Amino acid sequence: MTLPPRSEILDVVSSISLSAPVLARSAQRGALRRRLRAAADAALTPLSLDDVLDGFHPLRSGADLRGKIVAVQAETADAATIVIKPGRDWRGHEPGQYLQVGVDVDGVRLWRSYSLTHGPRRDGHISITVKAIPDGVVSNHLVHRARAGEMIHLQQAAGDFVLPLPVPDRLLLVTAGSGVTPVIGMLRNLFSRSVAPTTDIVLLHVNQTEPDSIFKDELRALGASSRITLVEHFDDRDGVLDLARLESLVPDIAARTSYACGPSGLLDALEQWYDERGLALTTERFRTALLADAGEGGTVTFADGIVLEADGATPILDAAEAAGVLMPSGCRMGICMGCVLPMKEGAIRDLRNGEVTVVVPGEAGPGGVKIQTCISAAAGDCHLDH
Amino acid sequence: MTAVTKKAENPIAHLSPEDIEEIGQRLDAIRQEVLDSRGASDAAYIRRVIKTQRYLELGSRAVLLGSIFPPAFIVGTAGLSVAKILDNMEIGHNILHGQWDWMRDPKIHSTTWEWDNVTPSDQWKHSHNELHHTYTNVIGKDNDLGYGIMRVDEDQPWHPFFMFQPVWNFINACFFEYGIAAYDLELGKNLKTPKEKRSAEFTANSKAVLAKIRKQAAKDYVVHPLLSLPTGSFLPTLAANFTANIVRNLWTHSVIMCGHFPEGVETFEKKSIEGETRGEWYLRQMLGSANISGSKALHMMSGNLSHQIEHHLFPDLPSNRYAEVAPKVRAIFDEYDLNYHTAPMPKQVASAWHRFVRLSFPNGWLATTNAKNLPQQLVALYKISTADKRKRRVMLKLLERKANQQAAEYVPAA
Repeated sequence: MTLPPRSEILDVVSSISLSAPVLARSAQRGALRRRLRAAADAALTPLSLDDVLDGFHPLRSGADLRGKIVAVQAETADAATIVIKPGRDWRGHEPGQYLQVGVDVDGVRLWRSYSLTHGPRRDGHISITVKAIPDGVVSNHLVHRARAGEMIHLQQAAGDFVLPLPVPDRLLLVTAGSGVTPVIGMLRNLFSRSVAPTTDIVLLHVNQTEPDSIFKDELRALGASSRITLVEHFDDRDGVLDLARLESLVPDIAARTSYACGPSGLLDALEQWYDERGLALTTERFRTALLADAGEGGTVTFADGIVLEADGATPILDAAEAAGVLMPSGCRMGICMGCVLPMKEGAIRDLRNGEVTVVVPGEAGPGGVKIQTCISAAAGDCHLDH
Repeated sequence: MTAVTKKAENPIAHLSPEDIEEIGQRLDAIRQEVLDSRGASDAAYIRRVIKTQRYLELGSRAVLLGSIFPPAFIVGTAGLSVAKILDNMEIGHNILHGQWDWMRDPKIHSTTWEWDNVTPSDQWKHSHNELHHTYTNVIGKDNDLGYGIMRVDEDQPWHPFFMFQPVWNFINACFFEYGIAAYDLELGKNLKTPKEKRSAEFTANSKAVLAKIRKQAAKDYVVHPLLSLPTGSFLPTLAANFTANIVRNLWTHSVIMCGHFPEGVETFEKKSIEGETRGEWYLRQMLGSANISGSKALHMMSGNLSHQIEHHLFPDLPSNRYAEVAPKVRAIFDEYDLNYHTAPMPKQVASAWHRFVRLSFPNGWLATTNAKNLPQQLVALYKISTADKRKRRVMLKLLERKANQQAAEYVPAA
């Protein structure tokens, strides 16, 4: 089980056990601290104390959330577990949740989401397991080039792909490929407790081939000790999974609380299968949209809900102004950075050299990807935070 | 210089429109080469420079805590001066150009960066990135041509105020950061406007400048001197910070003067940029800028504005790449028989000062003056200065005509 966020604990503690003088003293200390910080900021302007401390202690409380890679462990030929020491402000997570990591690849900070593959650990570290996908810039970096000591950027854990409490009596977990990553986190957490859970768990683990199977040994060990019932399915051995066989693989499937994580194709089919039978299924999708080829033009949506059509040859700035949107602007030739706006998702083409920038939902990073609207045309539907 | 289009020998007359567009395409190709190879080592470079600057500044300020001791004063002041120059030039100026935006690091980004200078960075971005870099050296459009306090081109009309422009320039150099702030605010123009008619934007911008000045002054002249009080170093620290600011101002001013003011750098008429193509814009940047030749240290301390030509062609390319781009750019200059203006710093600075002194006099005055007629010429200058606007215009024209006649007589004789 995960601990509640630290602030909640503090609230509880302070309302119960702290006496008035102690509270007054801590308030004084807070005021003193604020004053010292103001003095330090005044001495360092235009930097702040945080900018300076970042150089010495990037994981401290109060800093932007970062993590330090402490180990990179190979799982298969193209998958690795990255163990990370998170910054002090990491608020914890529940097994099954994911987090966004920002990694500098070839000098560019890129954000991706990965499932956490452990429950809360005693050493305070967190881990993600990454499978290198073909042309995957970030996944290949993490699996093949990341080293202990590298700093990465983090966001707090998110997602509701978590087991309910109390844990149901009978569970079915369906995973395909790296879809096993949130599920291994759940299992590790369940079986790390002093009292073993009584839940009857079936894990249907689908992979293309046996060597592709991440956590194969660990899962087989769980199966061998009868803590879970492991059903392994390898496409090269068993053929593509036929959902018609589900009921023969898991006879009591209707009685099981079901979770599934994997590629969209399998999840879509599973959801349909469950819908047809009126059964509930909780799913986790890794990428809501795959990178479609950038097209010509698209809609541009603004934060206040305005939507306009922009063709593939007109700068977004011009298209927006023509539609009456008040836009920041400057030189209109791509050199002054006066028109820069954050894009939350979408695809744009640089009209000077044709270079395409694609931002997938959830991978824009906290501030969005900042684009120059005066030399960028829509190459798909774009969402601007403006 | 006179605007290129008015010159007897137009330095671009030999170029066909096709030539100009080809120059543009070849420069685009050079730009693309850098974009394609931009990566981790560039990112590491700017982070290293930022880190070095911060350590140098913190270290220097720590040393200045004991600045009552002369060696500490000297070391600390020198270190702080260099730190401030690095902050403004190689780091601040270039980040504000968006040279590092591609890293998507919100802390090293043109939209978030703030520098050790009284000008708030967004006002600088407007006057410098937008106006100066877009309208480079276009008379009447690019306010950098003399910053409104100097006459740097024959085509700018003479006014008695400019007679003392070498003095104005020196004062501006000493307090350059304030000069820039006033310039970004268009202070001169706005102060002439009645208070109630000034734009809301001006009011907001002035407030931002005042707030920034307050912060900067508090840091250099109150907080750090107070921190030095325990060692009795209040005044030495204050003096050190003041000195570092002046050194930074003089240095940045000199570097910036070298960029567009040395003799031989071309200027352009407003009407010449109507419907300007990308190739023509490139060409204007090529002829409107001047480089400083020198060591790696000089390039670093000038924020690579020593590669002013390359910077003006590619203001958004990372500054650490200008050096490798320069020979390729120069090859295009040579091929198309254009003047790649480069010289060592002392020469460029002297050349710029020469220009300021020369243009502090009305056009033709120096040419028509010799030892013998000096008294009469001084009287004439006095009369021009004290005449009313219309009369002065006529007198200036006559003077210029006289100089032209003299030159015409002189040429056949030679």
